[in-house]
Amino acid sequence: MVRAEGVRKRFGRLEVLRGIDLEVGSGQVLCIIGPSGSGKSTFLRCINHLEKVDGGRLSVAGHLVGYRHQGGKLYELRDREVCARRAEIGMVFQHFNLFPHMTALDNVTIGPVRVKGEDRSTAAARARQLLERVGLGDKVDAYPRQLSGGQQQRVAIARALGMEPKLMLFDEPTSALDPELVGEVLDVMRSLALDGMTMIVVTHEIGFAREVGDTLVFMDRGLIVESGPPKQVLANPAEMRTRAFLSRIL
Amino acid sequence: MAASDLHEDTVPSGELQVVPVRHPGRWVAAAVVLVLVAMLVRTLFFSHVMRGGRPQERFEWHIIDQYFFTSEVLKGLLVTLELTVLAMAGGILLGVVLAVMRMSPNPIVAGAAWVYIWFFRGTPVLVQLLFWYNASYIFPSFTLGVPFGPALVHINLNATLTPFIAASFGLALNEGAYMSEIVRAGILSVDEGQTEAAQAIGMSRLMTLRLVVLPQAMRVIIPPTGNETISMLKTSSLASVVTVKEVLYTVQLIYAQNFKTIPLLMVASLWYIIVTTVLMIGQYYLERHFARGSVRQLPLTPVQRLSRALRIRPAEGPFGPNLDVDAITVAGSGRPHGGEGGGPL
Repeated sequence: MVRAEGVRKRFGRLEVLRGIDLEVGSGQVLCIIGPSGSGKSTFLRCINHLEKVDGGRLSVAGHLVGYRHQGGKLYELRDREVCARRAEIGMVFQHFNLFPHMTALDNVTIGPVRVKGEDRSTAAARARQLLERVGLGDKVDAYPRQLSGGQQQRVAIARALGMEPKLMLFDEPTSALDPELVGEVLDVMRSLALDGMTMIVVTHEIGFAREVGDTLVFMDRGLIVESGPPKQVLANPAEMRTRAFLSRIL
Repeated sequence: MAASDLHEDTVPSGELQVVPVRHPGRWVAAAVVLVLVAMLVRTLFFSHVMRGGRPQERFEWHIIDQYFFTSEVLKGLLVTLELTVLAMAGGILLGVVLAVMRMSPNPIVAGAAWVYIWFFRGTPVLVQLLFWYNASYIFPSFTLGVPFGPALVHINLNATLTPFIAASFGLALNEGAYMSEIVRAGILSVDEGQTEAAQAIGMSRLMTLRLVVLPQAMRVIIPPTGNETISMLKTSSLASVVTVKEVLYTVQLIYAQNFKTIPLLMVASLWYIIVTTVLMIGQYYLERHFARGSVRQLPLTPVQRLSRALRIRPAEGPFGPNLDVDAITVAGSGRPHGGEGGGPL
C-alpha cells in the first residue's frame, strides 16, 4: 500500500529525512516511534503530500506521491490531482483540528459532500453511523468546544473515515489528551485495525504498538534505526539507540 | 516558620459574615457627572442668547424640529445610506479578493494586490473622490475590448459617471484597500492546523478558504468591519464636495439659503448618531452569530439580561449586584469565595 525508497526531506539546511525505506502492506498496521525531531511526523505528512518530498520515491497504492510517471518522466501533479489523492488518505492530527464552527455531524459530512459530491442526506446517514461507531451517537449536534479531547479526537477519526480512505495516518493521536482519555481513542483505533484498515501510526503508546502493530519502526535523526515485529523490537532491541530510547520512555 | 501556623492564624473556621468592599469614589464620580449633565442639559435646552437685540433659544430646537423629517433631509439620508452600503459592499468584496490575492503563492498576483493597496492607502480619499468626479475629463469614454484590438463595450463616461457613481466608486475602491488588510489579518488568525485538516480530506485551496478559513476568520474580521462601516457612514459626507446630495450636502444647501447653519448641522449630526447606533446594535448581533463554536455558551444579549433582571431580581443597588450571601462557610483550607450575587447581570 505504501512504499518508500530513500525518501529525503529538508527544511532549509536541516535534513529532516535522510533516506527512509519502508513498506506497508494492505491491511497492515505500522507503528513509528522515536524521539521528537526524529522526522516521524514529517514522514507521515509526506505520505499525503502536506510536505513535498525532496528526494527518493514514495508511493501510495501504486501511485507516486505528488508526481505522475509517464514516458520516463515525472510530471508534478496539479493541485486538483493532489487533492484527489489526498481524499483517499485519512489523517488524524495530534491537536484534532476539528472545524470549530461546525457540529460533529457537519465535520464528518463536509468532506463527502463538498469533495466527493455526495448527496447530503446519504452523507449525513453515513456520518451518523460513523459517529455511532466511535461511540458518539449522542453528540451528533455538539460543537467541538463542547466535547472533551478524547471525544474530539474520535470525531476527527470519524471525519477521516467519512472519506472512505484506503489508508489512515495517525500523527500522535493521543499525545494531546489527558491520560484517562487516551484509552477511548486507542479502542477506536484498535477496532479499525481489526477491521483490516491499513494504518500508519506515529505514537508514544508502546502498549498499543505492541498489541496492534504488525511492524514497529524506530526512527532517529531522519533515519530508520530499527524495524521489525513489535514484540521483538521492544523485547530485544538490536541497536543501542533503540535500547536507550526505550529505557527512557518505559 | 511553619506554613501551617500561619494558616491557622489567618483563616478561622466556622460561619463568618462577609462585608463587601465599599466604593465611595463611585458616589463622588456620580455626583460630578450629575452636575455636568445638568449643566449640559441647561445649555442645550433652557438657555437663551441675544441675537439682533432679542433673546433667542440658544440652539434653536424649533428649527431642528422643523427640518428633521422634511423630505429633502430624508432623501439626503437615503443617499448617505446608499453610498455607505454600496461603498462597503464593494469594499468588502474587493477586500476579500485582494486579501486572497496577496496571500496567493503566485508572486505576480500577490505583487499586484500589494501595489493596489499601496496606491489607495497612499492617497487621501478626498483627492480620490475629486479625481473620480473629474475622471471624465481624462477619460471621456470607456471602452472594453481586446487590448489593442476591437472594442466590445463602449461607455460614454461624460454621461454615465454621475457624481453619485463617481463617489460610490471612489469610496469603494479606497475601502477595498483597507478591508483587504482586515480580511488578511482575519485569515492569518486562523490556526494552520485548520488548513491542513481541510487539505487532508482533499479540499482545494479555495474551498478550504471558503468553507473552513473565512467562516472562522469572520470572528476577527467583523469588529473592525463594523468600525469601518460606521466610519464610512461619516466618510460618505466627503461626497458633499463632489455635489452628491447626501445628508450633509442637503443641509448645506438649506442653510445656504436661510443661514441657520448650526441647527441644520445638528440635524445632520443627529441623523448620523441615530444610524451609527443602529449599526452598533446590528454589529453586536452579527458578532454573536459568528462566535458560534468558539465559546461554549453564548452570553445573554442586553435585552435578555434586562428582561431576566426585571423578572428575578427586583431589588438591586445602583452600583452592581448586592451580595445576597450573608455568610459563607469557610472550609478548613479552602479560600472564601464571594458569590457574584447570582444572575448574569
